[in-house]
Amino acid sequence: MKILTGNDLKTGAVIWWDGQNWSLYVDCAADVGDAGEEIMAREEALRRVNVPYILEAEATADGVRPAHIKDRIRAIGPTVRADLTLKPQDPEAIDWVI
Amino acid sequence: MYQYDQYDQAMVDARVAEFRDQARRRLDGSLSEDQFKPLRLMNGLYLQLHAYMLRVAIPYGTLNSRQMTALADIADKYDRGYGHFTTRQNIQYNWIKLEDAADILADLAKVEMHAIQTSGNCIRNISSDHFAGAAADEIADPRPVAELLRQWSSFHPEFTYLPRKFKICVIASEADRAAMRLHDIGIQLIEKDGELGGRIFVGGGMGRTPMIAPEIRSFARMDVLVSYIEACLRVYNRYGRRDNKYKARIKILVHELGAEEYTRQVEEEFAHMLDVGVEPPRAELARISAYFAAPPFTDGPKTVDRSDPDFALWVDRNTHRHKHDSYVSAVISLKPVGGIPGDATGEQMRVMARLAKRYSFDEIRIMHTQNVVLPHVKIEDLPALWSELDEAGLAAPNMDTIEDMIACPGLDYCSLANARSIPLAQRISERFDASGKTGELGELKLKISGCINACGHHHAGHIGILGVDRKGVENYQLSLGGSEAEDVSLAKITGPGFTEDGVIEAVDKVTDVYLAKREGDERFLDTYRRIGMEPFKEALYG
Repeated sequence: MKILTGNDLKTGAVIWWDGQNWSLYVDCAADVGDAGEEIMAREEALRRVNVPYILEAEATADGVRPAHIKDRIRAIGPTVRADLTLKPQDPEAIDWVI
Repeated sequence: MYQYDQYDQAMVDARVAEFRDQARRRLDGSLSEDQFKPLRLMNGLYLQLHAYMLRVAIPYGTLNSRQMTALADIADKYDRGYGHFTTRQNIQYNWIKLEDAADILADLAKVEMHAIQTSGNCIRNISSDHFAGAAADEIADPRPVAELLRQWSSFHPEFTYLPRKFKICVIASEADRAAMRLHDIGIQLIEKDGELGGRIFVGGGMGRTPMIAPEIRSFARMDVLVSYIEACLRVYNRYGRRDNKYKARIKILVHELGAEEYTRQVEEEFAHMLDVGVEPPRAELARISAYFAAPPFTDGPKTVDRSDPDFALWVDRNTHRHKHDSYVSAVISLKPVGGIPGDATGEQMRVMARLAKRYSFDEIRIMHTQNVVLPHVKIEDLPALWSELDEAGLAAPNMDTIEDMIACPGLDYCSLANARSIPLAQRISERFDASGKTGELGELKLKISGCINACGHHHAGHIGILGVDRKGVENYQLSLGGSEAEDVSLAKITGPGFTEDGVIEAVDKVTDVYLAKREGDERFLDTYRRIGMEPFKEALYG
């Protein structure tokens, strides 16, 4: 599947396109098919996202998993600071990245 | 230390106001990201893997407790309670909001700090010896010259859009503690016939094409030093490549022209410069030097009770000889076992600020090895200092050991990285601490970079590790034999790369080879230079 990510313009937070809006959680990411460029242009113009890009991901039983480790680290947070990840209570969150 | 005059403060305040307006216009859509990006980069604001990252300049790594406290306040108020000290003696914050950025710059300006020229193709923060002003072996304090160059290079109209970024280093001793010859320009202050001047080295650097800077002038008098450096920059600005960013650094120009031809062109330019008269008056250097006058040292005991073995180990490893024999420079390690190299919490920064005020004449230095120095600590105060550091988790006794590694932020934070650096650093320090090998190995400089840009200085490590991306999987190349000290050399790759687990095993193996082969007091680097790569390769790939 193809999904969209970028950063929130004001806060810089990593965000994912869920089909309607932008979410902090990669699990909410929607398959944009061939519509990625069009969505990016529109959302960037509305200043709802900064520096967006399209990436490959896989829909797994555990949720959406970006193909590249860099995007998986973007999705969860730094692997060396579990307390700063989006799932600080989940001891397996870092394993998901690797 | 240097204090802003009305012009410095006015410049910094004006830049804050200018950036506030630029950020406002970005947020309201008047500026696109393409238009805004070069503006925010000029103020040290990057967009990194997780958020905006702000890099704050710490000129030649010198700051006072008020400034350190301000850095702590920024960490707590605007970031997530910590900051990361870098290999350019700066500090970075990883979780900055664009809507807060101008307020942070305003807070910095209140304590005479800024983020100007911490990014972009300009002259970056001037670096220096972290023991400057304190070291027993320096012939002069290099910081007044570094400050003079900071003022000369700040907003220099001719050098705001260089072909690439430009890094200058100033030291003043034979011992090189600042990787001077791995800079675009390295200046070693020396005395000749009773007069102070600089040996000039040009064209060093790390990155994807590491090079050691050749000496291009054996002595430039102080009264022409700025003119000479300007001539070096002018030749580069004129002929440095702008068509290929990977070949745009001055090291490529010097290499392609040859040091001799580059020098000839610089000397020709320098002759013109003398007519132009850009050299600041000698009175200006004297004015600046007055800010760096030595504190009022007093005599005291030259020894201290070493009956506590933990304290004695810390003294042996983490203190450095001072020019006054009743004092030492004390290194505060930001490398606790299993910790993140260079990270300090806001609370730890406040502790360091408080201790600097109490024990070090309010002076602090940042090391390019991502540690912190209290430069002037009276020997009789060491037990009290150590005790307070220990309580704050800041007394790791590991300076210059394998546990004192440099590690860049790597793929955990950096959008350029190919692999993670920090987890390797953590696992290696835990492994060597647990095995008890650290002490046996002695001086061993390990440096880890998460990509070819070499922010972790892996080319200059006795042992270097470079993270690469092998089809989406992290892989690590091992190299041996580098040094960024006065015996400067570039490390050589051992052979095929390793997995994360594999490279940690590999580091263990090469240290075993060293322990088996070393003679007398040889350091790892000395043994490597004597026996060469083969025994290490045999152990790794056999």
